[in-house]
Amino acid sequence: MADVAIPAPRSAGHFRSLKPLLDESRVVLAGGFLIILALIAIFAPWIAPKSPLEQDLMMASLPPIGFEGYEPGYYLGTDDLGRDVLSRLIFGARIALTVALVAATLAGLVGSLLGLASGWYRGWTDRIVSRLVDIWMSFPPVLLSVLLVAVLGSGLSSVIIAIAIIDWTRFSRVVRAETLAQGGLDYVTAAESIGFSRRHILWREILPNVAPVIIALLSLEMGIAVIVEAILSFVGLSISSDAPTWGGMVAQGRQVLHESWWVLVFPLCSLFATVLAFNLLGNGLRKALDPVMRR
Amino acid sequence: MTLTSVINRLGMAAITLFGVGLVVFVLLRVVPGDPIAMMISPSATPADIAALRAHYGLDLPLPEQFFIWLGNVVHLDFGTSISLRRGVLQLIGERLPATLELTFAALVFGVLAGGIVAVAGVLLRRTPLEAAMDFVNGLFLAVPDFVWALVLVLLVGVLWPIFPLSGRLDPVHASDFMTPFYLIESIVRLNWTDTGDVLAHLVMPMLALGLPLAAVIARTLKEALSEAMVQDYVLLARLKGMSELRLVLQEALRNAVGPTLTLTGVQFTFMIGGTVIVERIFAFPGIGNMAIDAVVNRDLPLIQGIVLVFGALFIVINIAVDLIANRLNPRQSHG
Repeated sequence: MADVAIPAPRSAGHFRSLKPLLDESRVVLAGGFLIILALIAIFAPWIAPKSPLEQDLMMASLPPIGFEGYEPGYYLGTDDLGRDVLSRLIFGARIALTVALVAATLAGLVGSLLGLASGWYRGWTDRIVSRLVDIWMSFPPVLLSVLLVAVLGSGLSSVIIAIAIIDWTRFSRVVRAETLAQGGLDYVTAAESIGFSRRHILWREILPNVAPVIIALLSLEMGIAVIVEAILSFVGLSISSDAPTWGGMVAQGRQVLHESWWVLVFPLCSLFATVLAFNLLGNGLRKALDPVMRR
Repeated sequence: MTLTSVINRLGMAAITLFGVGLVVFVLLRVVPGDPIAMMISPSATPADIAALRAHYGLDLPLPEQFFIWLGNVVHLDFGTSISLRRGVLQLIGERLPATLELTFAALVFGVLAGGIVAVAGVLLRRTPLEAAMDFVNGLFLAVPDFVWALVLVLLVGVLWPIFPLSGRLDPVHASDFMTPFYLIESIVRLNWTDTGDVLAHLVMPMLALGLPLAAVIARTLKEALSEAMVQDYVLLARLKGMSELRLVLQEALRNAVGPTLTLTGVQFTFMIGGTVIVERIFAFPGIGNMAIDAVVNRDLPLIQGIVLVFGALFIVINIAVDLIANRLNPRQSHG
């Protein structure tokens, strides 16, 4: 994705209020969707009409509601093994959101720390981190993730670690640039002349001003993580092929596309909407939290 | 860009490639799963296995393995694929042209479509259509190639089956070609049946890769054009009675194209990364698709070779983009 080039805020003011956030209708819409999705994920066992794993070959490849051959109770149809698509979607939201939350937080933590350090202390730290970023950016991310999961072994935690290992560069590049920009501003010079230590200035003065960028990036990264998990499931490397992941469902749907399109359509729509929501939220947050862009 | 800075960049590129090689080498050596175990027959004796390990150099200490491999790579010897039992360089030579044709087709599509949308967007400023175009563009920006590829599979596979969904060409034409550059070769030979078939197979993966690129170009170029359109020189040209379209194409475009070009270069490297999964979805026989198979088969020499090729491609493109950007905007070279 494109780099986030954000003009530096002039004051050391932070999150003044939530009002500008709520003024953005897209943020409200996207946030609302994600909250509902999170609730669905949390309460999946109570919401899902069927078991996501139970196979019933008598009920295989049933079409969704409104189509000929629809079987009551199987609202979105069944796959070729007779598993309920809706229930698998609902449980799939759990895996997608878990990966999004944990992987993005890990990547954000590692990337932001390295970005802050290289942008503030510069010198050797900066040179080493920048070189690492260069090396990382020379890998096709999908290939690197496939490789990492092959190394780590499949499973939820491998997927999460792989995403964090790959995507920390997204944070470190932007946070470094932002820290560099902040470091040249008057309030930092003022803090230095008062005699604050370098470390104090980094954590107490610069970090709060870089934080909005990090928060916006976190939301964007969650969208990316959902996709990477889906890609790994699609390739067959994520979690066991039984597990109800959106990517796994998509891969299965691709196979039976001509017989039962609904196996592909519904998980694909879920992916589409979730990624879009994280993106709208991230871009909206970026605008709303940044004092200069808010004008 | 002076000669020294080019040499500097090449030196940095060598260090980066060394790093890429080291990272992938170390990663692969900790992979659980023995590549030899996957290729032997069940009746092999321990002695056979040991002989095979020695044959592929897998019995040496790791640093030694790395430097032997590195020394060979410098001499363009990438070793032998374990799963396909053929030279890695030869395999890459067969598959890379497919990926190159695909990415260049997607690049051309992205630049053309993005450029047209940007110019149309500027001409339609402050009309209801502008908002609609921005909205659609936003969708293409937010949703990645993986999802678009599958949306295309759905639309073209189920609703409107006009293009083939997998492969690079109809197998009946496969024997027509002497080189792996199918598109170029069929055009050079004026064999339009083959060209048509190759293009039809190219459309779907090209769109999946090119649509997000087009959206990025459309947005950046439109912003730059909108800024240029309120500059004095455009106002002057407008007073002289130039049409809006000519204003955009003749006056604004020249000055607005710089930042778009740099961004296109960056996005182009992302797009090459995207071929890995898009080729997989459309069963397109490029190196991306082969890379996933190589990982699944634990084919160490092949993975190493492919990763290095990708790394080298990224670096070459980055340097080329910098050179072109410098040529277009000499002011940058003084910074």
